[in-house]
Amino acid sequence: MATNTTIEELHARYAAGETTPSEVCRRAIERMEQENPALNAYITIDREGALAQAAAMDAEIRAQLDAKPLAGVPVAVKDNMCTAGLRTTCGSKILGNYAPQYTATAVRALKEAGAILIGKTNLDEFAMGGSTENSAFGPARNPHNPEYVPGGSSGGSAVAVAAGHVPVSLGSDTGGSIRQPASFCGIVGLKPTYGRVSRFGLVAFASSLDQIGPFANNVRDAARVLQAIAGRDRHDSTSADVAVPNYLNALTGDVRGLRVGVPPECFGEGLDPQVKDRVEAGIRKLQERGAEIVEVHLPHTKYAIAVYYLIATAEASSNLARFDGVRYGLRADDPRSLSDLYRRTRDEGFGPEVKRRIMLGTFALSSGYYDAYYEKAQRVRTMLVNDFAEAFRKCDVIATPTAPTPAFKLGEKSDDPLAMYLCDIYTVTINLAGVPAVSVPCGASAAGLPIGLQLIGNHFDEARLLNAAFAVEL
Amino acid sequence: MSRKRPAGLFPRRPLAGPSQKSMPITQTEVEKIADLANLALTAEEKQSLSVQLAAIVEYIDQLNELDTSGVRPWQQRSAGEAATSAVTRADQVEPSLGQEAALAQSPDQDEGHFLVPRVIG
Repeated sequence: MATNTTIEELHARYAAGETTPSEVCRRAIERMEQENPALNAYITIDREGALAQAAAMDAEIRAQLDAKPLAGVPVAVKDNMCTAGLRTTCGSKILGNYAPQYTATAVRALKEAGAILIGKTNLDEFAMGGSTENSAFGPARNPHNPEYVPGGSSGGSAVAVAAGHVPVSLGSDTGGSIRQPASFCGIVGLKPTYGRVSRFGLVAFASSLDQIGPFANNVRDAARVLQAIAGRDRHDSTSADVAVPNYLNALTGDVRGLRVGVPPECFGEGLDPQVKDRVEAGIRKLQERGAEIVEVHLPHTKYAIAVYYLIATAEASSNLARFDGVRYGLRADDPRSLSDLYRRTRDEGFGPEVKRRIMLGTFALSSGYYDAYYEKAQRVRTMLVNDFAEAFRKCDVIATPTAPTPAFKLGEKSDDPLAMYLCDIYTVTINLAGVPAVSVPCGASAAGLPIGLQLIGNHFDEARLLNAAFAVEL
Repeated sequence: MSRKRPAGLFPRRPLAGPSQKSMPITQTEVEKIADLANLALTAEEKQSLSVQLAAIVEYIDQLNELDTSGVRPWQQRSAGEAATSAVTRADQVEPSLGQEAALAQSPDQDEGHFLVPRVIG
């Protein structure tokens, strides 16, 4: 799917006067509407709003190209980011027809950079899942082969880019939800450093892990989107007051002297041999371009899934307590009491995976189990953070597979929650440590399913990280 | 196939269900947790959750292999890790949502209030 239009190609066509935002958006919407019955990538397509915004840009587009890095670029956004007046469902029945009163900072930043929001994309309910099968609006499908999942939880946003509907989209990543679908769909997906991008208006799943980031056809487009959305936001106290460098300028492709850490424990048993082969080829490419390969160790990685599923579910059980049928969203009919209203609304509104996680998180935080589970997990999280600090003394970026296998078939893992959780082994540690990571395509399986290489950077070192990914892509 | 591979990250034991020695998550336990979580579960949900949660908790119990005495529980840092900044601001009134907009999404409202079933008899 290398023929998908990039932002730079689109801008060249605008500059040459070959097309207009209205024409580009109309064509994008047509394709989305045509293919959505098969791919189910979108929960809402904002035809009217997008075409109105595009029409307002038509006359000025050539003059806007220098000032606005995303001028006239159609985009799609995961449906867990608030968009004022435009339905935001989180893939859940409980939010039903919720139309937020405000817009998420990252979405606002895209629009200020000139982007035109066309669609809200399908996701695992409240971003809980790795296949986009846990959506109240039905599963999304992989454009490379519709029998396979696109990954998740930001599956719809990955499909939007991989199918060529839009050049870039936004997802959110709590344990791999941008990187894994990017890997499964053969595109670039970046989870920035925790605090790099504002979470204001992102419906919270696990607040110490959630981060918004871009999907794109190439690293340059991903860098362009990161540039637009990165930075401090007074509405999110965890957004970092750290200078935002020029990410596009960092993409030289020169990786001479770059130290690439490879942890052997990430290439052991359980890794699909084809994935191993393609990922190792990607690493060799960096070596051929002058990077130095060094062995590093992340000794506590095998505990990461256990830590993640305690911390993420504990935070989720607290964050999702707000969905009670009182102020917005679904309310159960004829409640007998306030307590009955809460319980039946939540039982009718939440799907099975969300209930499972609320239950696990409530268990981990409950009296008698808090020390043994939640606090134990927070101690091991410290050990995982220290693993990365130690590794980054020896290297500049770390290379691993993004996922242990290529995309799996719909229904293949949906009956076994633990088997599904174990697919996140290479991605969850990154969120626990708060560091940035990108999945970049490095080949395909014999069956033609894409495979991603994950590169991990140190805190706020996205410029170097993206340059390494750019060198893999060259 | 005798090629040596480093130890993997995946558990060797089958994951299908809880083993004999795993701490059982009884239905009573599930009901207690559901009560804390404000979830009204069906009998079927309680049954399947008790099996699934037991399997997950058994997997999680591998954390007990690690000696974490002397390791501090993780906390959000103010520098490096997240570089979050001070969360206070001047105590000044700023534009906010307003009552009408705040109530606009409510399933039931009356005279500027969210309406819920009577709490006090």
